[in-house]
Amino acid sequence: MLRKLKGMGVIYILITVSIFVAVIFLFAFIKAVRSGQYDDDYTPSVRMLFDDELVKSNLKKSDKKTN
Amino acid sequence: MHIKKCFHCGIDIIEKEEVLFDEKSFCCNGCKTVYEIFSQNDLISYYDFEKAPGATPQEINGKYDFLKDEKIITKLLDFQEEKTNIVSLFIPHIHCSSCIWILENLQKLQVGISTSQVNFPEKKVRITYDSTKTSLKDIVYLLGAIGYEPYISLDNFETGNKNVDRSLIYKVGIAFFCFGNIMLLSFPEYFEVDEFWINQYRGFFRWLIFALALPSFFYSASGYYISAWKSIRSGMLNIDIPIALGIIVMFVRSSIDIAFGYGQGFFDSLTGLVFFMLLGKLFQQKTYSFLSFERDYKSYFPIAITKINASGEEETVQVYDIVKGDRLLIRNQELIPVDGILISENGAIDYSFVTGEAVPIKKKSGDKVFAGGKQLGKVIEIEVLFSVSQSYLTQLWSNDVFQKRVNQKHKTITDKISRYFTPALLALALTSFLYWVFVDLTIAFNVFTAILIIACPCALALTAPFTLGNVLRILGKRKFYLKNALVVEQLAKVDTIVFDKTGTITTNKKTSITYEGKPLNNLDLKLLKNTLRGSNHPLSRRLYDFIPNQEKINSIGFEEIIGKGIFSTYDEGTVKLGSSQFLEHMSENTHKKTKVHVAINGIYKGSYIFNNQYRVGLEQLFTELAKNNKLVILSGDNDGERKILEKMLPPNTILVFNQKPEQKLQYIEQLQKQSRNVMMVGDGLNDAGALAQSNVGIVISENVNVFSPACDGIIDASKFEDIAFLMHYSKNAMKTIYRSFILSLLYNLVGLSFAITGHLSPLVAAIIMPLSSITVVSFVTIMSNYYARNK
Repeated sequence: MLRKLKGMGVIYILITVSIFVAVIFLFAFIKAVRSGQYDDDYTPSVRMLFDDELVKSNLKKSDKKTN
Repeated sequence: MHIKKCFHCGIDIIEKEEVLFDEKSFCCNGCKTVYEIFSQNDLISYYDFEKAPGATPQEINGKYDFLKDEKIITKLLDFQEEKTNIVSLFIPHIHCSSCIWILENLQKLQVGISTSQVNFPEKKVRITYDSTKTSLKDIVYLLGAIGYEPYISLDNFETGNKNVDRSLIYKVGIAFFCFGNIMLLSFPEYFEVDEFWINQYRGFFRWLIFALALPSFFYSASGYYISAWKSIRSGMLNIDIPIALGIIVMFVRSSIDIAFGYGQGFFDSLTGLVFFMLLGKLFQQKTYSFLSFERDYKSYFPIAITKINASGEEETVQVYDIVKGDRLLIRNQELIPVDGILISENGAIDYSFVTGEAVPIKKKSGDKVFAGGKQLGKVIEIEVLFSVSQSYLTQLWSNDVFQKRVNQKHKTITDKISRYFTPALLALALTSFLYWVFVDLTIAFNVFTAILIIACPCALALTAPFTLGNVLRILGKRKFYLKNALVVEQLAKVDTIVFDKTGTITTNKKTSITYEGKPLNNLDLKLLKNTLRGSNHPLSRRLYDFIPNQEKINSIGFEEIIGKGIFSTYDEGTVKLGSSQFLEHMSENTHKKTKVHVAINGIYKGSYIFNNQYRVGLEQLFTELAKNNKLVILSGDNDGERKILEKMLPPNTILVFNQKPEQKLQYIEQLQKQSRNVMMVGDGLNDAGALAQSNVGIVISENVNVFSPACDGIIDASKFEDIAFLMHYSKNAMKTIYRSFILSLLYNLVGLSFAITGHLSPLVAAIIMPLSSITVVSFVTIMSNYYARNK
């Protein structure tokens, strides 16, 4: 009987946790939509490739200065 | 011969005009300057992402002087607070990753700009700047100087901040959340194991499922209730009625099942259904945000213009504030916003916006100039006759067709089906109910609800959105941009196609002259150009414009034989040009093309070919289209080309000339009165009325980023010959939809056989519903892709 009661508690906890996690993701999704992340789904994919280039040109600049 | 391409903009370099800088060659000084600006600011990476990404900067001196006016600036800004200003500018040239990179590094080029962010699909850049350190005008000039001139029109002036409607995405997100969690929680009960463990938690699981279904039922599906209610009130039975009915019945029955412990209910199917249907809606919502299909004259007109006030000073005036009698200053490339009288000695006005005709029209002092023309050349002055709203061109927009936005002109295919589906379904449900009532009341209720649940036309409702959404995407890749899914349905019904002539079946491009033969040296060209100067023959004029500028020399003898050619003598040599007979040179097959033959110093050199200005593939296209459609050419020009067209086009093509814009509109109206479904293919503003009146208005555009009148679809001019494909494809798309309707009805029949006999368990519903949706969606996707390949 005691064993069964314990099992029962675990199910309640697990399901509560799983729903809670799902709610967190739903909330994150809604927040992302609200901030306009889904308005433009192309540019960020290009933009993320730029960073390397920028660092390189900055490096060149600092190289010149040290020389 | 190897032709060098400009390092900046990639066009072929004319050898003489080549500019060398930093070991790179440029086509002109403008391109070189842009390169210089970038290299001075360490922005050379611009050229790494894409080869030759740039555009030659255009002269924009004075064009944006109105940006000094605070009132106008305020209207343009998205956000303004103390020093921080945010502006979104539309830049048609944005086309590659280099563009994004350079525009997001604007802060390196101009002090005062803090951030700039590109929205590539909309071709917009959003710039945040400090108004104490820089001004909007400076930013616009900077953008102009690096070849990214923004497009600012009267349209920007009226639309302030637009609120983006993101509710569909929210709804899909929430529907998915509910669907996913309910699926997980329903799983144990699918196996119907009568075990102690499951029995113990049944209540907890079921009530949790009920709670999770609430957001999906009340929020995500709300659109269907509203639409169903509207359609009941307007007396039209659309597809949303059985959907809403199914959802509500499902919800009520499931709640009762759970409350009284009859069973687990259909919440899994319910949320799944809502999610899939919303997904279909999202899929259909393919938009080309960089194109606008709803343009009127406001998109063409400038915000402000220079006025000369009583004391002779120049001042900027808002276009709506122009009144009769004002004197306006129109600079090179500026659009004339109102009808007026030319005061300056002469002007050359390009009416390509209005008529599609690219050759500028010469005007003399005292001539009337109409709104919509663009001044080419030096500054002119005009006196205003009518204000903006009363001008000839803008008057066209007051026609009724532009007022009622023809939204529900057509019943969609799904709604048409549901006109039969809905009553049939209700009849079936009631009959079964009446039958079972005599057996058992509980079963009767169960059967009644089960029928409404299982027949909820989810797959039916998904068919059209997925097919049409996919079709829009496939067509978009082929440079056919359609406004929305409805256009595909209307295209399939078209039986009459009306073409505009100038700019639609002919090209505007000037590169229609080519030279064939022995190469001509500079002296030859000089002699040729000088000879042509003396001739008034239309071909001579065109050829004269085609040959680059040369030094002037005087001829010793000049003789023009009408209909044959010219013979001219210079100190440097003699020139003979004209027909092949005149030059006594018989070449093979000369009669099909228009040629001017050239002989210098008695030696035959070669010929200039005046390429047919009709678009490539016109004859084949018309022959193809004539099989199923009535074809009409509706031209604003005189009938000078009637003979050529009659020879080229299928014999039953109707040719109508000398049509004014409103006559074009009326012509389409006439055709429609004969119950024909008309597609209008046009290009200029003069077709705007006809485009709006027609069932499907398609615009041919040399450059889809350049502005085109309001329409249902935009086709890239290079794809003109594929119009026949477009017609076939849309018909095939409709066939696909009909077939998958049958498929989904079959599923419904299977489901109904369970329901009528009273055996519909939640498990059966949970299997049949998604299965039918997935079958239908994959069927239409595969079919529409198959038809696209099968050209």
